[in-house]
Amino acid sequence: MTRWGMVIDLDRCTGCAACEVACKSENNIATVTPEAAEGGRAMSWMTVMTHVEGAFPNTTMQFFPRPCMHCDNPPCIRVCPVSATYIDAEGIVGQIYPRCIGCRYCANACPYTVKYFNWYPPEWPASELLYLNPDVSVRPKGVIEKCTFCHHRLQRAREQARVEQRELREEDYQPACADVCPTRAIVFGDLDNPTHEVAELKENARAMRIMEDLGTQPKVYYLRRRS
Amino acid sequence: MRQDVAEKLARLGPDEQVLLRPLVDTSRSFYVMAAVLAGVTLWGLVAYVLQVRYGLGRTGLNRPEYWGIYIISFVFFIGISHAGTLISAILRVSKAEWRRSITRSAELITVLVIGFGAIQPIVDLGRPDRVLNVLFHAQLRSPLLWDVISIGLYFCSCTIYLYLPLLPDLAIIRDSGIKAPRLYRFLAAGYHGTPVQRWRLERAIGILSIVVIPIAVSVHTVIGWIFAMTLRPMWHSTIFGPYFVVGAIYSGIAAILVAMTILRRVYHLEGYFKDVHFDYLGRLLLVFSLIWFYFTFAEYLTAFYGGEPGEMRTFWAKLSGPFAIPFWLMVLGCFVIPLALMSRQATRTPRGTMIAGIAVVIGMWLERYNIVVPTSVNPRWELEAIGHYFPSWVELSIMAGTFSGFILLYMLATKVVPIVSIWEIKEGREAVHEVAARVARYSGAIE
Repeated sequence: MTRWGMVIDLDRCTGCAACEVACKSENNIATVTPEAAEGGRAMSWMTVMTHVEGAFPNTTMQFFPRPCMHCDNPPCIRVCPVSATYIDAEGIVGQIYPRCIGCRYCANACPYTVKYFNWYPPEWPASELLYLNPDVSVRPKGVIEKCTFCHHRLQRAREQARVEQRELREEDYQPACADVCPTRAIVFGDLDNPTHEVAELKENARAMRIMEDLGTQPKVYYLRRRS
Repeated sequence: MRQDVAEKLARLGPDEQVLLRPLVDTSRSFYVMAAVLAGVTLWGLVAYVLQVRYGLGRTGLNRPEYWGIYIISFVFFIGISHAGTLISAILRVSKAEWRRSITRSAELITVLVIGFGAIQPIVDLGRPDRVLNVLFHAQLRSPLLWDVISIGLYFCSCTIYLYLPLLPDLAIIRDSGIKAPRLYRFLAAGYHGTPVQRWRLERAIGILSIVVIPIAVSVHTVIGWIFAMTLRPMWHSTIFGPYFVVGAIYSGIAAILVAMTILRRVYHLEGYFKDVHFDYLGRLLLVFSLIWFYFTFAEYLTAFYGGEPGEMRTFWAKLSGPFAIPFWLMVLGCFVIPLALMSRQATRTPRGTMIAGIAVVIGMWLERYNIVVPTSVNPRWELEAIGHYFPSWVELSIMAGTFSGFILLYMLATKVVPIVSIWEIKEGREAVHEVAARVARYSGAIE
């Protein structure tokens, strides 16, 4: 059974935020004004969180890229009154934008705070409008949106493989963040497929998941820093 | 008042003369008050239109502060609605004679306030146009859907429960002919007080007053569960169901006391809302202030003793952090003031209970604020930034509009139906011997 998942090596992450930018342009994520961002309205399905350890001058900065954890037991889908958020057979947690009523219960239920709400109708700078991704629907105001592991890429890769009459290969389907990561800190693949890199990495001694004790069973693993 | 109406009124009995007077005699200050309230309600409506047009960005909500004033008001109003059920149903079932003059005003609060409470989550929706999806795509594992079912049932049963005991009074108005004969002929639904009708009516009221109690309990339990079913610190608590029910009844009694003192004054109902009513309800308020404290203490002590980092961030945010002011004001309003005033006979007067009632109503609003906001702005993941929340003028306007809309409808309702149940008062007078016999049965002379 395919279970799409991600392993993020915190030792390799340089905090360049290329994943954030790639995600934004890949998924047509609306841009908000600096004032709105200041007020907590920014949207970023992938966010590089920062954590400063120690006191100046002996400080280290730790980076923590955070996509949706795509839990196997997602707290968000249980609470949705209209089944607008769901988990598919391959473990990707998605959102049905035309059905969502915007109650934001899922956003409150998510312990990882990775659900984003469209407070305003979406807007983009004029220069970006030409480059919206035709494979990804834009979201209207008043609905929740979230990281989808770029599942439109999966659909495209599947079709391509079918046309070429071959099996889906690991490199065929990579979300934008993993694709663009310059240090290969983000590795993506099928957690249940032993030939995929993630299947091996998730067994690494450094591997951990966020808030594992909550029983949400996230499919995003992190490799702890060695030092 | 028109001459013929005055004559008709004069021909009625003494109870009818006092209790039906508000229906036909409206003072100038009533119109002024109604106009002001209508203005505020309209203002709230304008704010809502703006919000629908431009999106929830017009509120002060953000990530992670997803729920604010609307959800607080939702919990608050549905809480107030427990006034009618408790006072009316429980007192009716337990045959407390002193209930007779206060049931109507309490039931009326219930029905009106459920409506205003139930629209709050819809106001809060990002897509109110899709609200019917909760029926078309109902997902029964969601506590929100339990709420839709529970509140729907509660609204229906409470409306019937208000209407049935109204029938004999509506028939009295119809027969007196003092007001809108056609309307009251329709509303009275052919009730003529025949023995069979009377028997059926009392039986139906008897059954309903038992049925509405578990429904009322379920409503606020489920509202508590909306929060408790998530894994958020200081929401994920088994005590929330009963805690919310207690808080709801508590705020309901307070709301009734405030309404009663005002009604007594403006409609000269001193003969019906007597000092003993305020004394008894004041005692009830005292009991609930203690129960409320017990629940709150148990809730906070458990969180504190466990000392989980996630819980403690929210805990200290409330006790000594940015939410210290609303927190301690809540303790003042929900515990200190009512306890001080209601534990003394001398201050369990109409004036004293009114002050305590207002303190509790404000305190209970703050209690809901202290449940919703501090947890929202303190996400479980410590790397996530701590949020902030300042309600925008749109939210505050809608809240003001909701409050004034409720008061306005309540005022108007006092012009349509007698605010004290005439037939139940009369029945109470006739039942004095029966009650005396009943009391004698369990406390009578030793044989």
